[in-house]
Amino acid sequence: MSEEFKVEIVNPEKSFLVKDDVSEVVVPAFEGEMGILKDHISIISFLKPGIIKILSKSGDENYYVEDGIVEFKNNNLSILTSTIFNLADMDKSKQQDLLKQAEEEADKTDINDQSKYLADQKVEVLKTLN
Amino acid sequence: MASLDDLKKRIASVKSTQKITKAMKMVAAAKLRRAQESAEKGRPYSEKMNNVILNLSNGISDKENAPKLLSGTGQEKTHLCVVMTSDRGLCGGFNSNIIKKAKSYFAKILDEGKELKIITVGSKGNDQLKRIYGDKIIENISFKESKNANYFDADKVGKMVIEKFEAGEFDVCTIFYNQFKNVITQIPQAQQIIPLNNEGEENSSEESYEFEPDEDEILSNLLPKNISTQIFKAMLENSASEQGSRMSAMDNATRNAGEMVDKLTIEYNRSRQAAITKELIEIISGAESL
Repeated sequence: MSEEFKVEIVNPEKSFLVKDDVSEVVVPAFEGEMGILKDHISIISFLKPGIIKILSKSGDENYYVEDGIVEFKNNNLSILTSTIFNLADMDKSKQQDLLKQAEEEADKTDINDQSKYLADQKVEVLKTLN
Repeated sequence: MASLDDLKKRIASVKSTQKITKAMKMVAAAKLRRAQESAEKGRPYSEKMNNVILNLSNGISDKENAPKLLSGTGQEKTHLCVVMTSDRGLCGGFNSNIIKKAKSYFAKILDEGKELKIITVGSKGNDQLKRIYGDKIIENISFKESKNANYFDADKVGKMVIEKFEAGEFDVCTIFYNQFKNVITQIPQAQQIIPLNNEGEENSSEESYEFEPDEDEILSNLLPKNISTQIFKAMLENSASEQGSRMSAMDNATRNAGEMVDKLTIEYNRSRQAAITKELIEIISGAESL
């Protein structure tokens, strides 16, 4: 019996990634990081800015996301997100751009607590990447 | 009858028009392929989004306190209509079809004595609507600079709609766009996005989910995103429809120009022959009289 399941990441423009030999996925869920293995209970949650780790036979992959929803059902993991970058493709300048954006957002005073929290999260995650 | 020279000039001008329409058709065909592709690629996202929301809204125990974006404000006094059209013309009935659909809806709303507010996306729709409904248009957005429909733009529209909703400026929101069926058929659509209309969709999955955090919180986070997603979907469908519509319109124009060239060429040849015959007769009758 294999211990693998399928993961699909979609963004509004296209189906970003489909992989069916995944052994574990760690997602930055809103209430903390969450590891998902095969036969996890059906769950819906949403993401905060962070890193998605995908562990599979063909190698591990890391993605930076800013928001999204995860749905796990019948050993199918769907991740819907509007902003996603493969860390392997992300160079320093891109990272700096994102960090600057996030910092500007976090510095705004007229936003509510939740957006403030999310912006702070972004800054924090992006800083650890350096 | 027009002189030979005039005919020649007209033939040349129709031919050059034909060249332009032909080129536009080719460009539209190339763009159509890309637009269609991205419309198809964008579908999984909106479908999945819909599924999740469906599952969530079925799971909600307390319907009374459901988020307003889902259940509505409880009244239907003010309607907001987002009319999505193109920024460029020369695309057949594309814009007029949406406008026609929107206008009949507007008339219905106004007949019922309800208040109407309009947001136009794309300058062509604004041009056509501002004459009659100018005072109703509260916002006009145009994405002339963006080459392709992108989510960022859709998100901007979505956020604006939600902001207005939260400020209590309207109760019901409907978007108008053309759904792409194929190159010759585009169906103008009116889709209600606030409150969310789930009628007719049967809940197939009886499975219960675990939610983290609870349903209400996820829903209130998800629903605004869904608005942007639906608008983005409409934008993608629209851009595919626009190119398709332009392609068939330009195809027709090219064909019509061809027919016109044929007709003018026959007329040109006839009058040329008539002139020659006339000259011959003159020569012969001149010779005979000697």
